[in-house]
Amino acid sequence: MKTGAQKGLDGYALTWRLPVIFWQLFFFVGPLLFTIAMTFFLVKNYRMTEAFEMKNWVKMMGKGYFWDSYFLTVGLASLSTVTATCLAFPAAYTLAFKVSDNARRWAVFFLIIPFFTSYLVRTFSWYVILAESGVINNMLSWIGFGPYTMLNTKFGTMVGYMTLTLPLVVILQTLSLANVDRRLIEAAQNLGANGIWTIVKVIIPSAKVGLIIGAVFCFILSFGDFVAPYYLGGSKPPTLPIMIIDTTKSGQQWPRAAVVAVVMMVTLMVVAFASIKFAYRKK
Amino acid sequence: MKNTGRLLTVILIGYLVFIFIFIFTPIITSIIFSFNSDRFPTIPLGSFTLKWYELIYNDPDVWEAAKNSLIVSVSVGILSTIIGFCTAYTDFRYEFRFKNMYLALALLPPTVPLIILALAMLAWFSKIGVSGQLWTIVLAHTVLCAPFAMAVIRLRLQQMDADLESAAWNLGASEWLAMKEVVIPFALPSIVSAMCLTMAVSFDEFAVAWFVSGLNKTIPVMILEILQGNIDPQINAIGTFVFFTSMTLVIIAQLFFTFRSPKATL
Repeated sequence: MKTGAQKGLDGYALTWRLPVIFWQLFFFVGPLLFTIAMTFFLVKNYRMTEAFEMKNWVKMMGKGYFWDSYFLTVGLASLSTVTATCLAFPAAYTLAFKVSDNARRWAVFFLIIPFFTSYLVRTFSWYVILAESGVINNMLSWIGFGPYTMLNTKFGTMVGYMTLTLPLVVILQTLSLANVDRRLIEAAQNLGANGIWTIVKVIIPSAKVGLIIGAVFCFILSFGDFVAPYYLGGSKPPTLPIMIIDTTKSGQQWPRAAVVAVVMMVTLMVVAFASIKFAYRKK
Repeated sequence: MKNTGRLLTVILIGYLVFIFIFIFTPIITSIIFSFNSDRFPTIPLGSFTLKWYELIYNDPDVWEAAKNSLIVSVSVGILSTIIGFCTAYTDFRYEFRFKNMYLALALLPPTVPLIILALAMLAWFSKIGVSGQLWTIVLAHTVLCAPFAMAVIRLRLQQMDADLESAAWNLGASEWLAMKEVVIPFALPSIVSAMCLTMAVSFDEFAVAWFVSGLNKTIPVMILEILQGNIDPQINAIGTFVFFTSMTLVIIAQLFFTFRSPKATL
């Protein structure tokens, strides 16, 4: 019973409804639309002038290094998504099925902590740990190995991406696995399915939506991150986020940076919609 | 059969521990190295020292940045919690056309990469002529943080019986009075929780702050700029300080969020 809940729009209702509309239209939708418009602006004598020209698009789309960057960034983000999903799954499976409820709650609490610790500081730590004369190489040298080059490689970039994404992916996977109906699992086992078969045929399909949402978030985060590829991956060639920074900060070429940003947005939307479609697909 | 099952469980738990070690290694390393004397931190450790802390304590730039961060995160905490509360209450109480669009508008910002928002906001704020001020960061961070506040408060309102408000009206309270006497007191733990969480998010955000702040550096922007130079163990000291600040906020948030009160019903 919701008496009065369906009353029309009065001052009271508007007071609660309008703030977020106003704020997000003005400071979220506004900037994004302006970015799209900006891709058509021109830069003359280091000053941006409003115009409606295709120059920036033609210029960026025609550059080989833009497409190198694009495919590198998509490739790295995809690799990151696959890696995080595979690394997280056994951990999430353990948390969902092999430990007590209390242990699971604590684990999720500890997995939340990294979100609130500076990603920059954590990246700096990895830099120190992975360096040529860093912690890992020093330890390896005691037993006669190394040194291995880990910084400025794809491996370094992946370590950074995992630092950023793994806690979130483990949490999302754990939540979706914990919600799988236990009776389904028991039924499968009673019908003689072994552990692996139960996971592949029962658990993964039931938890599919949550697993895919975890993967999508991982892709979005990795795709937009500039810290890992810059400080741990060596930034040669630059990924798209690094390109946005370089173009904006050094060249005053905001319109070209906007082209990169819009291409990134479109890519992310395609990936997100395709994944959601896949997640809810009926067999 | 029983034994292989047990062995498998042990292996899985071992793997889980490995994942946790991976996640916490950089945090713990940073804290340890903040007390280490070597300029290039490695093992074996040098001697115990507080010199990095002394260095940042005596650096006026660090104090300036800390002051900026404090102003920004407190303002963001208050603003985004207010907006988040309004949105959560609207979602809790009202059904209306285009509600899906309304919720999408309210919740989408965290799904857009920060670097894109950073560029978009830099350009937009220059266009409307408010760029390069400290409070520009507040405007931008509130966009990012309001959805988190909304989510936390919405979860709390979920536990409130909708009839509770109606009962207050039937007893003669106006909607405003019922809000003040019933809804807000009920949601209060989550309001405190949301405020702490959004402060922590804002306190750590660097990409948007870096783009829109102009010369007003916050602590994370300062860390970013130190990173672009050389290896500097000061980062570990600043990072440890930031870590304990954020942790305090998160733990307070958690305490209030799990605050157990009997489910309010009639």
